[in-house]
Amino acid sequence: MSAPLQAAAPGKVLAAQAGAGAGGMFLAMLRRDLLLVYRRRADAITVLVFFSIVVSLFPLGVGADPALLRPIGAGVVWVAALLASLLSLQRLFGADYADGTLEQILLSPQPLALTALAKVLAHWIATGIPLALMSPLLGMQFGLAADALWILTVSVLLGTPILSLVGAVGAALTLGLRGGNLLVALLILPLNIPVLILGAGAVDAAQSGLGAQAHLSLLAALLVATLMGSPFAVAAALRISLD
Amino acid sequence: MLELRNLACVRGERRLFAGVSQAIPVGQLVRVRGDNGAGKTSLLRLVAGLSEPAMGQVLWQGSDSRQVREPFQRALVYLGHASGIKDELDAVENLRAACALADEPVADGAAVDALSAMGLGGRLQLECKVLSAGQRRRVALARLLLTRKPLWLLDEPFNALDPQAVAQLAAAVGRHLEAGGICVYTTHQPVEIAADNAAELTLGARA
Repeated sequence: MSAPLQAAAPGKVLAAQAGAGAGGMFLAMLRRDLLLVYRRRADAITVLVFFSIVVSLFPLGVGADPALLRPIGAGVVWVAALLASLLSLQRLFGADYADGTLEQILLSPQPLALTALAKVLAHWIATGIPLALMSPLLGMQFGLAADALWILTVSVLLGTPILSLVGAVGAALTLGLRGGNLLVALLILPLNIPVLILGAGAVDAAQSGLGAQAHLSLLAALLVATLMGSPFAVAAALRISLD
Repeated sequence: MLELRNLACVRGERRLFAGVSQAIPVGQLVRVRGDNGAGKTSLLRLVAGLSEPAMGQVLWQGSDSRQVREPFQRALVYLGHASGIKDELDAVENLRAACALADEPVADGAAVDALSAMGLGGRLQLECKVLSAGQRRRVALARLLLTRKPLWLLDEPFNALDPQAVAQLAAAVGRHLEAGGICVYTTHQPVEIAADNAAELTLGARA
């Protein structure tokens, strides 16, 4: 860490400084984004309310028969999580784009992919983790057993970072376009099908006694693969969008 | 030093400018002139590396700035029309976030000093959404008092500022030039900046 800068005095030395480094900037970005989420917490709460309402509509619509609800429970929770995550994507880069912060992010001497990763991580902490924590509560409406609820939570916890990472690419590509919201949905939803199949499949497998380990391992592998590629794709997409 | 070599910019179907060449030595102040729509903002964005030139190069210390992106961006401060101020953060948080992003982290004390120097002393704890346009601009400009980067690209920096703030900013630019910095800026206002070495770059004259 370099010494903090003093207010410039006449005769200051102009030189490119080595700053806090990549890690310091990553943490500063993460802290800023989480602070913004906290100040705008109504937005984050809206997403969670949307999630719980969508999930709760199914027992009301289909009827309260446990034999009917139990097999669809995990799928419903997963589809709702997918939609809720999608709902919050527009704000990932939208506000920064509108107020000019994104230009400064692009001009930062630190790698753009790293800044993008910090923003995605903040998005996941603000939406993915609360969604995962709420899923067992909502799953109870479908009469899922305790171990199935446990698997559901783990699968949402593993799957939502993939939704954030893939969604960030779509959000970056559609920046500044009219109707960008709808376009993100069209771009991103098909790409998230594997996550949906593996996530909901893990719970089904656990319920039928097969064990969820295979599904969860695949989900984790998918997460690692996305984590490797997505930040670079986001960085490239941001540069294209701002040109 | 900064050199623009035969730069051309195309926006959609329209060619904004072409053949812009200028060598800008250390300590020089360059005012970019041109009518509305002549491409002043496009030129600054292009020099900053935010967009690709249709033709030509931007040279920084003799090498193409796109090839030496990291050291170039380490040397660069770009302030555009949108000042990157977050409504939900207060002035100190905004300034510290902007400096951290530029990899020049500042302590709370230094940020408070710079903001007070910009005349925002009593409003440091307020969320920026309650500040006026000029005050928000001052928050963004306070970064110029803290940075040690040599190359400043300022797009309409005097917009929305009152005469006192204009004078303060002009003085800051003057000190920057004295210390061996470069400043390229655009403005439609008549502003006196003390500079030993001033140049102008006029866009759209030949069109």
